[in-house]
Parts: sequence; structure tokens; C-alpha cells
Amino acid sequence: MAEILEKQKMNIVIAGHVDHGKSTVIGRLLADTGSLPDGKLEQVQENCRRNSKPFEYAFLIDALKDEQSQGITIDTARVFFKTVKRNYIILDAPGHIEFLKNMVTGAARAEAALLVIDADEGVRENSRRHGYMMSMLGIRQIAILVNKMDLKAYSRDVFEAIVKEYTAFLKEINVVPACFIPVSAMLGDNIAALSPQHMPWYTGKTVLDMLDAFEKEPPPLDKPFRMPVQDVYKFTRFGDNRRIVAGTIETGSLALGDEVVFYPSGKKSRVKTIECFNAPAQTQAVCGTAAGFTLEEQIYVTRGELATKAGEPKPRVSSRIRVNLFWLGRDPLVQKKDYLFKLGTARVTARLEEVRRVIDASDLNAASKNQVERHDVAECVFKLNRAIAFDPTSDIGATGRFVIVDNYEIRGGGIIAEGLDDRQTWLRETVMLRNYKWEKSIISPEKRAEKYNQKSTLLVLTGEKQVDRKAIAKQLEDRLFEDGKVVYFLGIGNVLYGIDADIKGRDGNQHQEHMRRLSEVANILLDAGIILLLTAVELTQDDLEIMKTTVSPEKIETVWVGENVTTDIAYDLQLTQHENVEESVDILKAYLQDKGIIFRPW
Amino acid sequence: MDHLEQLESLSVHILREAYASFKNLCMLWSIGKDSTVLLWLARKAFYGHVPFPLVHIDTNFKIPEMIAYRDRLAREWGLEMVYGMNEEALREKQTFPDGAIDRIACCRNLKSTALANTLSGKWPRYVLNHKTGSYEVYKNTEPYTGVIVGVRADEEGSRSKERYFSPRDRENSWDFGDQPPEFWNQFKTDFPPGTHLRIHPLLDWTELNIWEYIERENIPTVSLYYNQGDGKRYRSLGCYPCTTPIESPSRNVAEIIEELKSGGLKNVAERSGRAQDKDDGGGLETLRRDGYM
Repeated sequence: MAEILEKQKMNIVIAGHVDHGKSTVIGRLLADTGSLPDGKLEQVQENCRRNSKPFEYAFLIDALKDEQSQGITIDTARVFFKTVKRNYIILDAPGHIEFLKNMVTGAARAEAALLVIDADEGVRENSRRHGYMMSMLGIRQIAILVNKMDLKAYSRDVFEAIVKEYTAFLKEINVVPACFIPVSAMLGDNIAALSPQHMPWYTGKTVLDMLDAFEKEPPPLDKPFRMPVQDVYKFTRFGDNRRIVAGTIETGSLALGDEVVFYPSGKKSRVKTIECFNAPAQTQAVCGTAAGFTLEEQIYVTRGELATKAGEPKPRVSSRIRVNLFWLGRDPLVQKKDYLFKLGTARVTARLEEVRRVIDASDLNAASKNQVERHDVAECVFKLNRAIAFDPTSDIGATGRFVIVDNYEIRGGGIIAEGLDDRQTWLRETVMLRNYKWEKSIISPEKRAEKYNQKSTLLVLTGEKQVDRKAIAKQLEDRLFEDGKVVYFLGIGNVLYGIDADIKGRDGNQHQEHMRRLSEVANILLDAGIILLLTAVELTQDDLEIMKTTVSPEKIETVWVGENVTTDIAYDLQLTQHENVEESVDILKAYLQDKGIIFRPW
Repeated sequence: MDHLEQLESLSVHILREAYASFKNLCMLWSIGKDSTVLLWLARKAFYGHVPFPLVHIDTNFKIPEMIAYRDRLAREWGLEMVYGMNEEALREKQTFPDGAIDRIACCRNLKSTALANTLSGKWPRYVLNHKTGSYEVYKNTEPYTGVIVGVRADEEGSRSKERYFSPRDRENSWDFGDQPPEFWNQFKTDFPPGTHLRIHPLLDWTELNIWEYIERENIPTVSLYYNQGDGKRYRSLGCYPCTTPIESPSRNVAEIIEELKSGGLKNVAERSGRAQDKDDGGGLETLRRDGYM
């Protein structure tokens, strides 16, 4: 019992050009390790005999009918087998170029790779492409099998020529191969046992020896604590009052009493309990665990933030990043188009700002383009619509990996090379420090929201000078007040002549400082649970970015009042019926209800 | 972390992603060991709560102990327990046990079709009233568009092609040739409105892992899995006309684990007691495309 419980598990992927023999290698591994259920091999052989086609090991794993008729393995298949040392899961990666996304799926989860090269055909386009992608996906252990040696009369010269050519290629992409093994998967040479009769000149490892020689990477326990927040649970059934911050710990560990800091907000609190179900109370949770903890002081945390520990290296927070990515979408990655960017549990809108370099994975030539084509590997800069927390991949792999979604599909993925300064860098440190130092009330934001029966929100009404935003805002304030809401109207001038008396003026940095102070005032009022109605002339996207950096972005709703949009602001709602104040107020009220900020009457 | 803790953490992570990403989720509970482990993992993920309904497709031919066990746990664990069935086929006796149709057609009638119509809300759903202890017509007829299922990759050839988040089209069918990539722990969780989704948190588990976990967590299971003295037990649970017990001396979880590791079952396919597999030449593939679990 103890023996099997402690037995290691390792995910491996088999890649290589189409028809170079990946499936045969897998079939042979299964057969030679006695991993096939009784009768399975005979059943497939019988099928082949009945259909008068030669038996191939590939048929064993190509369990799907359609797939066998096509003759290629078409999706990531998981195949289990074991050696005395450990249990293996093979994530079969097909070589056909159309199926590159399946290879990515397999390779992204693998700890080691076998790359198969046909001795007869030699190094081909996908031999190189797969090698490159594996290194980018973070696989550090790669063994190369030179297959179908039987077709080349087991020639040592053929083998060594391929070793030379492919080693040179791997060197260019900084990959050190674990070893090269000459095999015939069909005949079983050097798979489970050496083949002194066919290749007496090869005395290195067999494929099975090599698999067992791959090392498990130690869990990243000594890295800083990182846990992307998946959710905050409060299930009130059965009188449960716990408010549990849940997520999977990527690196490091967390203990009772630790001070945790959430980014990008910079909010902090202390770990009160580490939660678990059907297990004794825990004092610590380590990387790899799908964990959950409660906090001493209630703070407003949402999915998408990154939990870290005070006193450890901080993550980077920015809305501009330089990345390496590969693109799988049929349509190229282009500028001036919104993409969904996912990293950890964060989801933001992203735009391609610049393509710095495109590398053709098959020949590694760099070309300069302003878009990224299907199956290209590229170095790019992205602008995100709001800042996220991450680590450059060279520091921590897990929190620097992202995917890009377009039209519901994952079209590409990659790693963050570095965070770049954005237009809010000057402000962000101040805000994070303010959040870190914030003295918290006993009353939690949820409690306030429950009491006031509303979600605290900043509703920004902006538009051209001659359009009367204030009349609408004041009427809305009156209506909400009469409904029993805790609401407050704030004209921008109310701040300009008081709080800003020392810096009044609308040029350059003073304007930014003006927006910052206004946003700080808004932040205090929002913390008090209020619905704040703010009016200002012609706010720009930059102004909005300052507000979004200062106040939680999900608490801001922006409305452009009037037909003519004269700035670049990305508003949530446009109000064209502004002449009719009553109607405008109705629309805004309905909008707040739709957003769940206030509730519809029964 | 040992291998069970690793498997548990990934499954919990997937369950939490599903809960954060999709509305109208439900979990299929076949009463078998795999989906019961899945249910247990949901209680792990949400700290004793199960924040979505459990759906059981009752063929009316299930072994009676299974239904008693289902209702006992549903009450003890405070589950939102829902079942559906193909009442028309049963009324008109369009079943294999009635001699009207073959096994595959029967599975399609009582399982695939019942499942599709229960998920869509077209046919009545019945929900356990925890106060009265009996089932009543469920008022909620909204389609369940995200369905959490306890399939494992090692069960059978076609299942090893699945993804953790796997879209089905409106007919519930499965285009296995065109599946989204899954990078690292970034699963495809964005789908056009109307997409039906299967979520597979147990994909990486083996039959042995399931039993090891049942032992470690002390998860209650149906007594049918154990030899009660006659030297027979069920290895896989289904409808009584099509499921036969296997010869096995195992009387408890520890003995089953031992049997799987070294004993007589080491090289016998898990579903060998399920007659419908043999009738479907290519394994479960035909049924799977129609939405069979």
C-alpha cells in the first residue's frame, strides 16, 4: 500500500513530425511494460486480420473509429503505463500541423518530452517547431528518439548525422537535450531493452531507462507565495459564516497569522484560519494545494487578484507588458483589436501595441511584421485595459503565463518577459501604499452593502460643455434619495476650489494631480458605501485610467451624455436623450438596476 | 504532496473554475464510485457545500440499493437532488428488458435521450423536498448548460480524448476532432451563448486512484461493490438487466485496492460486466456521441 501511494507520477509528451512514429513508440511502451489489459492486443490484431491490414501499434491507442480511418492520432490522448519506478501518463501529441493546438495542450502539462525523428526522413519542419514550443512551454527535459533505424540498416552514420543537425538547432534555442536514442519502435530495438544484435554500437540508455532517469522538478516551495484568487466563498446555508478566499497555491507556502497582500490593489490582511473539509485543522498550506483561508480583517477582494505574502518579493503590477507568444488562431494577431487576456484568474481586455520580432519556428529566421500569423512565435508588447499582477517568467514561471482569447477561442499563449511602465506607474505605488496602510473599519463592505441595500458605485457623467450633465445627476440623486438610497452628488468644481485650491489649473501634471485627488475623495466615499454621482466636462480615457487605478475598476460606471463623443473615453453607456431629464433619469436608474447596483422593487 | 493530493487539488481547481465561470451548472451523479468521489470533491472545493444541483438519470432499472443510497446521502449532505427519466419509453415499454429493442437502443432511450431532455428542461425534473423526504416536480425548467461529469481517461479508449472543459453542440454531440487547446491551467472557459459544456474534473484519475481516495477519505459507497459472502460483487454499477457481478472475494475497500493492484483484476477491463459495451463494436463511441456518460 505504502509503496504504491508514494509512487511518483510523471506526465510526458511525445512529439515530432507526422508519420515519424510517435504512436508506434507509445504502443510499444505499453506492450513492453505489460500495461495492456488482457486481450486488448489480441483484439486489435484480430481486427486488423479481419480487415486485411497489417497490424500497427498505433491502432492500440487510436481507439476512435474515425481516427483509425485517417491514420493519424488526432487529439491529446492520455495513456497510462508504469515502470517499477513510477507511473507515467503519456500525452500523445500528434504531428500534423493542423493539430498543433493539441500538441500544446499535451506539452503544456508535461514534465518531460520524447521527440521522435524518422531516421529515413530526417529533421523536418515540425521536428524543429515542436522542439521550440516545448522549450517555451517550460519543458526542460527532452530526449530525442531517432526512429525507424531498421529502414536505414541500423546505420550509425545516419544516426550521428541527425544528432549533429538537431543538436545544433537545439543550441540556438538554448535547449540541452537529455540524450539521443536510436530506436526501431516497430521492432522494439532500444525501447525496453538494448539491441546488441542490430545496434551493437549503441550502449546508452533505452527509452525506458531514459524515462526513469528524468527527474521530478521539486515543488516551488522556496519561491515567494503566490495564489491567484479564484473566488471568495460565503455559503450561508446551515448557518455558515465563513468568508473563504479560495485558490490554488502556485508557489511558496502560507501559514496561520501570515500577513497577505493582494495585488493589483495592494490591500492587506492577516490569515485567520486555513480551511479544509474532512481533515484536521491546518496551520499551513503549500504550493500545489487547492487552498482556502479566512482573514482577520474583512477587506474587499475579488477573483483575479494575486495573493502574496508581506515581506517577500512583490509581484509586478502594470498594464503594459513585453511577452513571447505563439499564435494558433486562423486569423492573424493584429493591432487595434480587442482581445481577452487571461493570466492566473485575471481577465482583462488587451490590445497589441507593437510586434517587436516574429520568428518562424521552423527555421528561426526573424522577420519584421506588424501582425502575427498562425503558428508564428513572436515577441510583442501588449497594452491591457487595466493593470494586472504577475511575475516575469524568469522569476516565477507559473504567474507569468497567459493565454489570449478571441471570439471565445484560445488563439495563443505565452510568457511575460517583463512589465513595462505605463501611464499610471507614477500613481500606482501611491495607491498600493495607501491600500496597504489603510486602517480598516470593523464593518465589512458586504455588511454596509447589505444595510444600505446597494453596491457602492462611482457613476461618472461626462460630455460636452454645453450639455447639462448636472441637471440629470441632481435629479437622479433626488430620485435615488427618495427611494431610500445613500447617494451623493459631487460636481467636479466642488473639489476644484477646495481640495485643489493650491494647484488649480488645467495643464499637464496639475491636471493629473487634480484627477488623482478627485479619485481619492471618491475612494473614501465609496468605502463609506455611497453611490457617488460625479459630473465633469469631457473626461478622457487617461482621466478614467487614473480613476481606475485609484478606485477599484469594477466600482466605476461611465456615461457619456450627448450625441457627440469628443474624447477617447471608453464609456459604458451613452445617453442621447439628455434634453429630457426625466427620461434620462429613468434610463440611468434602469441601468443601475441591470448592473445590480440597486435592486428592482418587488 | 502525494499523488492523491495532487489529483484532488487539480480536480478541486477545475470545479472552482467551473463554478466561477458558468451559470446553470449541475453535476451528474450516477451513484457509482466515480461520480460519488466527484461529489465528495465538490464538498472539498466548497467546504461542505455543494452550490449546484445533483442530477441523476433514473432508468427505472437501477439496482434498488442504488436509489436508497442516493436518497440517504442527499438528505445527509443537504443536496439539491434532482432526477429525470424517459417516462414515455417506460410507459410504452420501449426498452431492452421488455424485449422491444436491443441494448444500445435501450441505453439511448433511457439514458441519452432522458439525459438530454432533463438537462434542457423539456421533460419534467423531480427534486427532493428535504422537509417531506419525497420527490416533487421541480419548478426550475431552465436548461443546465454546464454539466460536471465524472468520466476518467483510463476507462475506455474514447474517453481518453476528452478535455477538462469540453463543448457539445446543441444536439449534445461531440466533435472530438476540433477541440480547444488547454494551456497550463488556462482552460477554455469562454463559449458563445447557447453552448453546452461538459466539465471533467476526474479525467486524470484511474480506477485504483478512485478506490485509494475512497479509502483515505472514508467516503460512503454502495454495498453492491463488495462481496457479501457469495464471492461476487459489482465492479461497475448500472441497470440490473445489463450489469452482472464479477467473481471476486473483496469484502471492503482495502481488499478491492489489493485486488486491483495484484490480484485477479489486474488485467481485466473495468466495464467487462457491462453488456452494452460489447454490443457497440467500437466501444462506447456510438453512445458517447449522443451524449452518453
